[in-house]
Amino acid sequence: MSESQLTGAEALILMLEKIGIEIIFGIPGGSAIPLYDAMYKVRKNMKFVLARHEQNAAHMADGYARATGKPAAVLVTSGPGATNTVTGIMTAHMDSIPMIVITGQSVRAMLGKGGFQEADIFNLTMPIVKHSYLMKNANDLPRVMREAYHIATTGRPGPVLIDVPKDVGTDLCTVSLDGDLDLPGYNPKPRSFSTETLDKIAAALAKSKRPVIIAGHGAALANADKALREFAEFMQIPVASTLLGKGVFPDSHPLSLEGLGMHGTAYANRALVECDLMIAVGARLDDRILGVPSMFCRNAVKIHIDIDDAEFGKLVQLDIRCHGDAKEVLEELQPRLQKGDTAEWLETLAGYKKKWPLSYSRRGGMHPPQVIDALTKLTGGRAIVATDVGQHQMWAWQFYKCDRPWKFISSGGAGTMGFGLPAALGAQFGRPDDLVVAIVGDGGFQMTMSELATAAIHKLPVKVFIMNNHYLGMVRQWQDMFYDERYSGVDLEGNPDFVQLAKAYGILGLNLKRMADIPKVLKRALEHPGPVVVNVEVAKHAEVYPMVPPGKPLEETVLEHPKRKKGRPRKTAAKTAAKV
Amino acid sequence: MNRSMPTHNLSIFVANRPGALVRIAQAFSRRGFNIESLVVSPGARSGFSRMTITAKGDDAGLDQIIMQCSKLVDVLACRKHTDEEVVARELALVKLAVNSAERGEVLQIADHFRAKTVDFSDTSIVLEATGGSEKLDAMVELLRKFKIVELVRTGKVIMARGEKAT
Repeated sequence: MSESQLTGAEALILMLEKIGIEIIFGIPGGSAIPLYDAMYKVRKNMKFVLARHEQNAAHMADGYARATGKPAAVLVTSGPGATNTVTGIMTAHMDSIPMIVITGQSVRAMLGKGGFQEADIFNLTMPIVKHSYLMKNANDLPRVMREAYHIATTGRPGPVLIDVPKDVGTDLCTVSLDGDLDLPGYNPKPRSFSTETLDKIAAALAKSKRPVIIAGHGAALANADKALREFAEFMQIPVASTLLGKGVFPDSHPLSLEGLGMHGTAYANRALVECDLMIAVGARLDDRILGVPSMFCRNAVKIHIDIDDAEFGKLVQLDIRCHGDAKEVLEELQPRLQKGDTAEWLETLAGYKKKWPLSYSRRGGMHPPQVIDALTKLTGGRAIVATDVGQHQMWAWQFYKCDRPWKFISSGGAGTMGFGLPAALGAQFGRPDDLVVAIVGDGGFQMTMSELATAAIHKLPVKVFIMNNHYLGMVRQWQDMFYDERYSGVDLEGNPDFVQLAKAYGILGLNLKRMADIPKVLKRALEHPGPVVVNVEVAKHAEVYPMVPPGKPLEETVLEHPKRKKGRPRKTAAKTAAKV
Repeated sequence: MNRSMPTHNLSIFVANRPGALVRIAQAFSRRGFNIESLVVSPGARSGFSRMTITAKGDDAGLDQIIMQCSKLVDVLACRKHTDEEVVARELALVKLAVNSAERGEVLQIADHFRAKTVDFSDTSIVLEATGGSEKLDAMVELLRKFKIVELVRTGKVIMARGEKAT
């Protein structure tokens, strides 16, 4: 078929292939039929995965990108098909994940007239996309597809949405597919950091006795893990990692302080309280890691390296702003560095690590950290772990130890429940030879569990561990600690039998109910060649610590629940718990 | 927004693409800024527009908005300007209901502010005035003792003085 006879829809599908998209997740519908028809006719190597809900399609594309670094496409219809992707797009946007979302749309003449399945998705999604297009002309499609890929994958990555009216898809596209970009306002690789800035950073570091590095997602996205490690080792600076920065600096490294913030380690939080210099590398310093912004690293010189200068000074007053790619900055900083003396500081922190190790209660049944601990041991930390959102997510962050980036997949900024299963499936599509594990809660799992069908059909050997406490556990923990145990709307009475549910999809289902069975059941699950759902019955009232209570500074990191006495009302943890 | 907040002048140079105005407006509204005036006009290069926005809000919030606007894919430049750095002009049209007895004084005021009479009837008069916002404010204030039927102002347009870019 010569290119001059292509329809807009065919040009779009060919362009997806040309720009390097390898997989499409989606669900068709009336307005998207020309696009699906084109996929039937002209698709060559791209894989198509029929999702069970458009939100899941977006999460699968998201998980694929987080495991591979490459964007996937989402292809859905107009109206509800498009609006169902909103949560998935927002999740990707908050966490800087590249994604190409293509939505079918009513024919051009019907736009704005309230036709069947018409939703103004272009305007609806404007605050949650990196950029978006409403196509009015089939001949613009080749250029727009190229631009979309370029925008999604460069600079600070993010989702790009392209809304395609049905008749733009059926019109002929008569232009070359090799056209140029036209993006006069887009500068993806700002190099506004100067040698003076680097000298200033080096000088501040040389003077510092108690420095801390915060490693964030930006360091992983910039592939700065090696540069970061060299920097930390040369300067002997301890490194705390954000949730999405997990693995960019090895958890097992002696300089690692692991996670920081609301459920970070007590030693990381204490290091930030006492440090005299904080350097954030690709971390946006959001409310979940700051405690009280005005009290964050109060006595420290604050340095922020970020590819997105709109992140500077949002919540924290900075001393040095360095606008650029984390890897480039660190590599150019390296020859300017002079070793400081941090021996005493590292010794102090080693003491804190001994004094306040990560721990968990062992009372009242099995606890998720025990299972996650065992998982680290059995996998050697080499599995890709996708989590849902809630208590199990924080435990997975704390107790699953991994030493490499692109291995820990979690909805950070958005905190989207239901993310875990589809994200794990997307990751498995992208990394067919890797072990992919989903650690989810019983609440979030039930939001997107229809995607078990995808796992079954595509024989994706994802291992799903449902940390089943029959509660929306994180909310229950807050109600326990800060709302005098007024448990409101958190009891998940009526959970299905997850083992039977898995069986209904033709998937192996296992129960794990006793601590003694952890090694046996985990081994069975990991060795099974196909997908597995493990229902892990865990202690109903387990809680995640350490915790920085909301509205409190990092100084007030709470280590454990106040002692509970039988028959008496508990006091809130914020008042009575041991503090760092 | 608090009335005592300072007023800022922003000039945004933007590729003329669908949705650009909405994206910029969202950057203001999300952060609680009230846009006082907004002028969009074709730029010197075809396919590009110049937006002049005056808005009230705190300085830190404004810096956030400038950074958020600057990173929009369609935005080439977003700059703030103090009143001293720029030539600022706006145009006002004022329709007054006046009888023959009042007309003389109205024309006297118009003459003082170098306003032009652009429409004239037995019972009404339309004045056109250009200048800085304060000058237009002063003229409108003086005209309030007559019956102002309608008032339309363009909002401020600005251009940086000398060689500085707007």
